[in-house]
This record gives sequence, structure tokens and C-alpha cells, in this order.
Amino acid sequence: MDLYAEEILDHYKHPRHFGHLDHPTVTFHDRNPLCGDEITLELQIVDDKVADVAFTGHGCAISRAAASMMSEEIIGKSLDELKRWNKDNILDLLGIEVGPVRIKCALLPLKALKAAVWGMGEEDE
Amino acid sequence: MSTPTRTQSTEQRPPALNVEAIRADFPILQRRVHGLPLVYLDNAATSQKPRSVLDALTRYYEQTNANVHRGVHTLSEEATAQYEAARAKVASFIGSCCPKEIIWTRNASEAMNLLAQSWGRANLRRGDRVLLTEMEHHSNIVPWQILSAELGFEIAYLRVADDGTLILDDLPRLLDGRTKLFSFTYMSNVLGTINPVVELTRAAHRAGALVHLDACQAVPHMPVNVTELDIDFMSFSGHKMLGPTGIGALWGRRELLNVMPPWMGGGDMIREVHLSGFKPSELPWKFEAGTPAIAQAIGLGAAVDYLERTGMAAIHQAERELIAYAMERLATVEGLRILGPAADQRGGLVSFVLGDIHPHDIAAVLDNLGIAIRAGHHCAQPLHERYRIPASARASFYLYNTREEVDLLVKALHKVVEIFNF
Repeated sequence: MDLYAEEILDHYKHPRHFGHLDHPTVTFHDRNPLCGDEITLELQIVDDKVADVAFTGHGCAISRAAASMMSEEIIGKSLDELKRWNKDNILDLLGIEVGPVRIKCALLPLKALKAAVWGMGEEDE
Repeated sequence: MSTPTRTQSTEQRPPALNVEAIRADFPILQRRVHGLPLVYLDNAATSQKPRSVLDALTRYYEQTNANVHRGVHTLSEEATAQYEAARAKVASFIGSCCPKEIIWTRNASEAMNLLAQSWGRANLRRGDRVLLTEMEHHSNIVPWQILSAELGFEIAYLRVADDGTLILDDLPRLLDGRTKLFSFTYMSNVLGTINPVVELTRAAHRAGALVHLDACQAVPHMPVNVTELDIDFMSFSGHKMLGPTGIGALWGRRELLNVMPPWMGGGDMIREVHLSGFKPSELPWKFEAGTPAIAQAIGLGAAVDYLERTGMAAIHQAERELIAYAMERLATVEGLRILGPAADQRGGLVSFVLGDIHPHDIAAVLDNLGIAIRAGHHCAQPLHERYRIPASARASFYLYNTREEVDLLVKALHKVVEIFNF
């Protein structure tokens, strides 16, 4: 049962950076209405770098694990670098094969991140 | 054409199904998924196909293939005869007086779009109301929303109680003479609720409204007779009743269909065409533009033969017994909450939530064990919003499912709890 490798289940059960920041620079909310996954991503940006991150929301194990792993990874990264991120960055973090149906779950956090770093303060909803 | 009588008496107990023999008729049930025997519990999404349906498709393409209603050559005449015979079989199967009341469509969604765009466009205007229910599939909501945005009529929804049944107390208020159509599902594809069609239809007719029944989850699973139900229109799809994809039907009373305008233009739907205009063909072809799904219609005819040989009352009885057993067994899974009414008010499907575990995760673990279920909102997002859940998991049964498969499902759900429990 590769999809639910130990590490993924660990991030699902104990998500890192789950919650809110006191003073986020940018907040972005996104959802995948097809499966009901939702994420709110908050970033604190200092000197064009991610100083801190937090997320809330609900979703399947894949989308929550992806959000948790991504949050750990992006701290200290520059906005320019994050703008260049693509799906491979997330799939490498997850370290599993994700099929065509579940890929949307895995990439929802990235979608929110991209919108946040490109939009910087603009909410889409 | 003879109309077989299908009595719905509950005193007469239909013969039990020979499920082992039935399973042997479905080639796909031999396959394995992730190394395990397939347990197919996603029949509300689409059913599997028996050998006789697959053979009918192959036989048609190998020996008959030609366009219908056009050529005077042998193949075309044979294709036309088989295609129209399938229409007659389907008409008889649902207790319709005559084949011309069956309008072929691609699926049930297209049938409901046909009804909205033809009947709706000709009959609805500002001040009118179309009554739906909160438990409708998107197919019975969106076509009316599209049309309402253009014509300005109102859409109202009969509410669903916590137990998954319709709140009938609101009916008199909503059927007040402004309502021109009451369009509702025979059986909810999420809750499994079987609605009181006769009672709802009587109430609508007393108020001068017509009735359209979404029978996608009913026609495949129980005896359905449009004449006895006294409804006006009915939509259903072929692929959920052992037939191929790409074929469905709108049934309507012929006096209503006769005066409805065409909705799609093209070949086959016209009597004559001039540069100055056209005259539409007669029923049922008036609504069928272009080369139709010929093989698929013939395949659906073979599916109807299979269902009639097996017996719809027997299928319904077997599914009722299976769902009662399934609900009893599912209750043993820690944290599992079933949506919808008790077993005696539902057909052969059950949707549930399992603690905080996302339905996608449930379905993915089950898939690894060879078990196919549906996870998501099952094209009924408003209903999930009403229950304040983002999604649910659904197991839906058919004539080839067994108690052993229910046991495998329940065992797998215990495994899910084990994996995801905090």
C-alpha cells in the first residue's frame, strides 16, 4: 500500500505547521470542490523569503501530507525560487506514485502556494 | 407488441436469484485488481455488462453494421429493424404503451436537457416554478438552472429530513398552481431513499403540475411501470442497467411529446427541408438528430432481455436482502455513520462517512484490496452541503453481488480504521 507509506501517514496524523500565523504577510485560500479538499495557506515574508508558514483546512491524507511536507520545505526559500516550483517538487517530497485521479489532491497545496507567491496579498475569493 | 404484466405485489415472493450462475455471465467479474478478485460495488455509477450484451455489440458490428432509416440495402434494413426492435423492448420493459414514446438520448443527462430545452422552453416563463428536491443529481438541477437564467422562472426545492426522506409537509405550499413541473428522483443516488412516487405524482397532478421522474437508479433495479405510476416523463440511462455507455432514453406521454418542439436539428429529425425552412419528423425521430448510437441501442435491447429473463422483482428482492445485511454489518465498523433511511426504505446502495477519514482515502485503501467503491459527492453537491459533509463513500450493489462481498467490504473498512486511526 505505497500510497499510504509510513511517512505520509505520519505527516497526515501529525501535520507540521498546522494552524495560523500571528501576522501573515499573505493568506491564500483554495479548494478542490470535486473532493471537498480545502486549504488556507499563510506565509510570512521577510526580505522576499519565506520566514514562516502555516496552513489549515481539511482534506485527504495525500493533500494534507503534501501541505505538511511542503510547509517544512519552503521555509527560507526565496519567492523567486518558489515561483519556479512545479509538480515534481511536490511529488519528490511525497516520494510515491500518484495516479491521474489523486494528483489533484497532491497538488492543491502547491496551487495555493503558487497563487500566494504570485498574487502576494490578493485573495481570489 | 405485448406489454408484459409486472405486478408489484409484495405478498408474492419472487424466486431467489441464482447469483453464482449470474456471476458466470459477467466476464469482468473474473478479473483481479491488485492481485485480488474484483469486488465491484460501484454499480450506481455504472453496471458491468453480461456476455449477451457484449455479444450483441460484436454481432451487430460483424454482421449488420449500416446506417439506419436511410439505405434500402439489406444491411440498412436489418440495422433499422434491430434498432427499432430495441426501442420496442425498452418501451415494453417500462410499461409504455408504444415504442414511439421512447426518445433515444446519449444518457439520462441528455434526456433531462432535452426535456428542459424542448418542453421547458415552450412552457415556462417568468412567474412559473419548477419544483425539484434537495436530493437531486446535478443532471436534474443544472439543466433547469441554465434555462431559468434565461427565462426567469423560479426553481424551488423540496427539503430532505435528517433521516434522508423528503419533507412532504412542504408540498401543499410548493404545489400552489404556479408550479408547472415537479421533477424528482425515484431513488436517491446518495441516500438510497426510494421516494413515494405515486403519492408525489398525485399531489403534483392535483395542483396542475406535470411530473418528470429521474429513474436512473430505479429502472435497473426494480419493476418500473410508467402507466401504473401515472407520471408524464421519465429519464434513465442504459449503462446502469447492464447496457453499453452512450445510450439512454427520455420517455414521455405521446400527447405531450407530440406537441413539443424539436431541440436539436440535423439529419433524421426532419420530414422535409427547404432553403426556406423545415418540417420536423414525427415521434420519436423528431427529437433524434444525426446518426444515433445504433449498436448501443441494440446492446441495451439485449440488456433488457437479460433483465427480463432474470426477473426485475427477483432482482429487487435480492438487493433488498443484501442491503439489509450490508447495513447490519456496516454498523459494526467503529465511527461509521450511514447517510439516509433504514434498509426497508431504500434500494441497494449505502453511502457513509467514517470518522474524519476522507472518502478518497477510504476508496484508495479499498482499491488496494480489489474493492471498487465511489468516493466524492456523487454529482449531488447540494445534498452534501445540506448534510454539512464535503464528501462521502458509497457502496452500491447489483444482481451479481454477494454477502461474501459485503463481508470483504466490512473487513476492509476495519483495515481502513486501523491505518488512519490517530
